[in-house]
Amino acid sequence: MIDLRHVSKTFRKKDELVDAVRDISLTIAQKEIVAVIGPSGCGKSTLLNMIAGLYTPSSGSIAYKGAQVSDVNTDVGYMTQKDNLLPWRTVRDNIAFPLELAGVAKSERADRADQVIKHVGLDGFAHRYPHELSGGMRKRACLARMLLYGAETALLDEPFAALDAQLKLAMHDLLLKLAAETGQTVVLVTHDLMEAVTLADRVVVCTRRPAMVALEQRIALKRPRDVLNVRFTNAFKELYDTLWERLRVEYHEERV
Amino acid sequence: MTSPDADAVSTGLRDDAANAAARGLGSGFMVICQVALGITLLLLWQGASGRLVDNFFISNPLDVGTRLIGWIADGSLFLHMWATIYATLMGFMVGSIGGLILGIWLGVSPFTSRLLNPYLNALNALPKVALAPLFVLWFGLGIESKIALAAVLVLFLVFLNTYAGVREVDQDLIDSARLMKATRAQVIAKVIVPSAMSWVFAGLKISVPYALIGAVLGEMIAANRGLGYLVQFSGSQFDSAGVFAVLIVIALLAVALNFLVEIVQHRMERWRIVGR
Repeated sequence: MIDLRHVSKTFRKKDELVDAVRDISLTIAQKEIVAVIGPSGCGKSTLLNMIAGLYTPSSGSIAYKGAQVSDVNTDVGYMTQKDNLLPWRTVRDNIAFPLELAGVAKSERADRADQVIKHVGLDGFAHRYPHELSGGMRKRACLARMLLYGAETALLDEPFAALDAQLKLAMHDLLLKLAAETGQTVVLVTHDLMEAVTLADRVVVCTRRPAMVALEQRIALKRPRDVLNVRFTNAFKELYDTLWERLRVEYHEERV
Repeated sequence: MTSPDADAVSTGLRDDAANAAARGLGSGFMVICQVALGITLLLLWQGASGRLVDNFFISNPLDVGTRLIGWIADGSLFLHMWATIYATLMGFMVGSIGGLILGIWLGVSPFTSRLLNPYLNALNALPKVALAPLFVLWFGLGIESKIALAAVLVLFLVFLNTYAGVREVDQDLIDSARLMKATRAQVIAKVIVPSAMSWVFAGLKISVPYALIGAVLGEMIAANRGLGYLVQFSGSQFDSAGVFAVLIVIALLAVALNFLVEIVQHRMERWRIVGR
């Protein structure tokens, strides 16, 4: 479905070349949930930006459903690290924005928006403006907007980093349920290993900058998963330890 | 959720009430002082004219008042005022619409804006008043040439602000809209224009006085009505009382326009908060 071949990305910062991503090859199948994990600032977000078509790779190629990604990829829903809510719109109007763009009638928009607002636990805040919400609430609004957009692929850039533990679990549960329901392909960038193992079918460990693939690990835990209890199983623990062993090297090298 | 809000409102009210009470005394006293100063200045003016300075140069308050009352009585003052107000408002409207369109258009098309950059800089640097003779040639001696002069002053101010606002729009917001299948027109209408709104309002606000300047200047250069014409005409008749009378009217008009802007701005406050 998504096919990255020897993708590299180099940025120019004041006459200085910065390698963000170096020679990553990765194939993501339809309906697969892939978690990309690595030290912060290693170039994971750059990877998502390239899949979304917002950046062009410096070398290598990215194919989406067999077609080269050359412009903005409108088949993906992209939830960026920064919440890109429109500050002059209420939460509901923000969430319904993709429907408005598609020309859906106003009453239907409101109904469908209210539904996802309930899903992400923002009921009662539909008429608030983004600057009146906490960071976690804004994240949930972004998630709701992406869900409503209903793209066949979801790109999530540290979507749950700002949430408290309970809410994070609820969101994990929601994400897995909806992904299973709609058959969405999910690419999730995170630096939370627990989250990665809980959600993904496959975890890709990236090296520190420039990002290269250090390890790919299948997560053969059965679905549907109980996001709260899956972490207490032995299988989970083994996978977690294997990944952590590799990840620790990256963090260790970074500190040295 | 309601209780902190209610608290904020009630403390706000209490503060306002307390402040108003404190200011009430002070401001009442201040108004008395201000009026007293005004009367003193008028008396000094009246006393100085004819004794210290020739009445020909500085006239005197009684003559100015008489002139004003005379113009009000025969209705000519309102004719001239209306001409100026009309030219100011029309110039403001035409100029701001033009500035908005130009600002948005150039803001979203980097190629055109770079292409036109030196020419727009030259036009902007040009003292717009120098265009007045051209406008008289094109639009005649009537109100149209005054509207044109006011509009051209407003246009550049609104254009520069709108352009800056459009360039300031967060690229991430545009990208996220494009990822949601927004067309170019939708990106402009639903992301770029609303986001630039606070800049646009700033441009509109500062350009209101310039519309008045344009209208009055246009009337001074060539016209048969309007406050600019009246001040020019009075001057050419060596009627210093008439000149002072018109100056007072223009000053009052300018104050009224600023007051209007304040009111509109107050109503638009939501945009300023939300536009950030």
